[in-house]
Amino acid sequence: MYLRKLALAGVFALMGSTAMAACTFENAVPLKSLSAAFEAWKSATTAMAECGNLAAELDQEFDKKQPEAFAANPSLYQIGGVSNGSITPLMNAGTIRSLDDLVAKYGAGLAPNQLIKVDGKIMAIAMMVNTQHWMYRKDILDNLGIAVPTTYDEVLAASEKIKAAGVVDYPLGATMGVGWNLGEEVNNMFMGFGGEAVNADGTPNVNNEMGLKTLNMLKSLTAYMDPEYLTADSTYVQQQFQQGKIAMANLWASRAGAMDDAAESKVVGMVEGAAAPAAMAGGAPATTLWWDGFVIAKNISDEEADAAFRVALEGIDTEMVTAHNEDAVWLISGYTPGRLAAGAFATAALNPPPYPSTAAMGVMHMAMDGEVGAFLKGERSAEDTLVAIEAAYVKGAKDAGILK
Amino acid sequence: MKFKTFAAFVAPSVLMMLIFIAVPLLLVFGESFYRTSPLMEVVEFESCTPGFGTQTCKTDTKIAPALDASRRMILQTEFVGFENYADVVEPQKFWTDVKALDWAQLMDIDFWRALRFTLTFTFITLPLVLGLGLALALAVNNLTRSLRGPVIFITLLPFIITPVIGALSIRWLFVGEGILTRAMEAWSGTDIAMFAQSWTIELLMMFYRVWSSAPFAFVIFYAGLQGVNQDAVEAAMIDGASRWQRLRFVVIPYLMPLIVFVALIHLMDAYRVFDEVVGLRTQGHVISLQYLTYDFLMPDDAGNRSVSRAAASSMLTMIGIVILLVPMLRRTWADQKGRA
Repeated sequence: MYLRKLALAGVFALMGSTAMAACTFENAVPLKSLSAAFEAWKSATTAMAECGNLAAELDQEFDKKQPEAFAANPSLYQIGGVSNGSITPLMNAGTIRSLDDLVAKYGAGLAPNQLIKVDGKIMAIAMMVNTQHWMYRKDILDNLGIAVPTTYDEVLAASEKIKAAGVVDYPLGATMGVGWNLGEEVNNMFMGFGGEAVNADGTPNVNNEMGLKTLNMLKSLTAYMDPEYLTADSTYVQQQFQQGKIAMANLWASRAGAMDDAAESKVVGMVEGAAAPAAMAGGAPATTLWWDGFVIAKNISDEEADAAFRVALEGIDTEMVTAHNEDAVWLISGYTPGRLAAGAFATAALNPPPYPSTAAMGVMHMAMDGEVGAFLKGERSAEDTLVAIEAAYVKGAKDAGILK
Repeated sequence: MKFKTFAAFVAPSVLMMLIFIAVPLLLVFGESFYRTSPLMEVVEFESCTPGFGTQTCKTDTKIAPALDASRRMILQTEFVGFENYADVVEPQKFWTDVKALDWAQLMDIDFWRALRFTLTFTFITLPLVLGLGLALALAVNNLTRSLRGPVIFITLLPFIITPVIGALSIRWLFVGEGILTRAMEAWSGTDIAMFAQSWTIELLMMFYRVWSSAPFAFVIFYAGLQGVNQDAVEAAMIDGASRWQRLRFVVIPYLMPLIVFVALIHLMDAYRVFDEVVGLRTQGHVISLQYLTYDFLMPDDAGNRSVSRAAASSMLTMIGIVILLVPMLRRTWADQKGRA
């Protein structure tokens, strides 16, 4: 007990002293935040906490808690970290507030593209963008004389050469774990072939030529992957890269910095980024654009909202970015894109679509995620799988009220 | 004991069971015949994404929940009869597949796939847990006294580990180039991927379950062994019974009520297998009935969840467990009556 008190006192002393140093004001209102737990959020919330009186909760399952926590009155958290996916349930339930007046009051330092507007109202402040893009081992591709692939057909050809050379365990890595990631990969490829998975009236639209091409391409790619791909998430693929087991992967920009982390990585300086390959020649990259940022709860007092907004802004200021430049592709002034951010910029330059974050897409994402595994394992034909995706979507859409 | 005293002692726990078990059960049962969903409307909206440097804005229509005056979602509930159950079980496809004896097609339906695994898991681990528990108990019982303490302690260790942590450890030991997969590769000289196909994953899940629940059986059986009537054992020895015959005809009949008890507990535990699916992240290959319910209940990115189907699938899981337990419960009941 005594030890715990001592440790707590130490923490407070630390917070007190840094508050003087790093924050422009002393926050007196007790605040709580809930966000994801990857590196960029750690840096941002640590910087926010320097203003004092902030309890930051970082949780990779934050999106499961957030809708209920923000629906409470008063809301259990004042500040929420969201992406363009996880903001949807909060928008739908109307539990976050418009930030127009707060931006007018305090937001002079924000760049226009940080202001996320829905129906003309600012609903979130973005701090970084994220996208899946092509990461590859430059040394391997150079040695084998392979050009960086720009389409997935070129990816297959390059993989074949790397496999024949036998320089790595598996030419390709991919976040194809069932649970969310596989659905994302399927949707990436489907959009890459020009598909739109849900019609405007909420009916599914995957049982077509583009759906077939998507499934067949994914299956061809799996031949060059670790056979355990159906359990692989972003961390798993990142570690495969770091341990030199794979040569190429379509991986999140937020994971790029880890390649040069000497404490974990055996391939420091050998991994480069390029634009995500297109599914078909001349098409947009088969990937989607995401952003991460913060929102302020609706069910709190205006004083709390005022303090929360100021604290959150302190967390995403230039000072934080200069200290943690490599953590993400920041949207904040003071950010200088490093070597490993080049791939994300190259991807964005080719205008991939933003992730279509709607209620219907939420259902479709999980329908793809749940049904495609059986096809990749060879238990079901591509045609049957497309029928199964639509059937699973229709069931989910009925429960969600999208279809009658 | 007077009835009044009995009632006073039992009342608090009966009340708790009513509030925390009976009432939720009835609510879920009711929910399984309804579909609750938010009222949706088509809205036109403009959304902007950061892009790099410049913002891209787009006006589009989307289907989003309608909100009432206090900006809450409007929920609609309609009676759908057995539709939720049919959505889970898919009776039509089930019958065509059964008639065509098409196993692969049948396993395409999540519910039957989950049921197949849950039953396999339960019935393979049951005899292994009982057998291993009994073997351990007999072995420890025959040790010299000074060794018993430390051996019991070591045997109980798996039982102390939190299930999710244990399952995660198994994953880390075997996934990819995990240390044990490497050892097996070195030993066999072939490339092994334990998480690439269902049967190896199922093997790991069962191995983990037997490892973690055998100590429970061991503790119960070991306690039972302390009370075995030594006169009967000695009488059997004088009659010339071999070690095996003494075990078969004296010790096991004596332990029978305990064996039934452990089997009962294990059936209930194994039928609701869930930790292994989450800890080993097997959902791409193997799912269980409990996981299916959980999957319906988890919100997706947009916050949609299928509460009604989750209610139906949890009712089905409960019916399954009742069917499994009936023979065991009848036996215990008969024993009790015989004794009274």
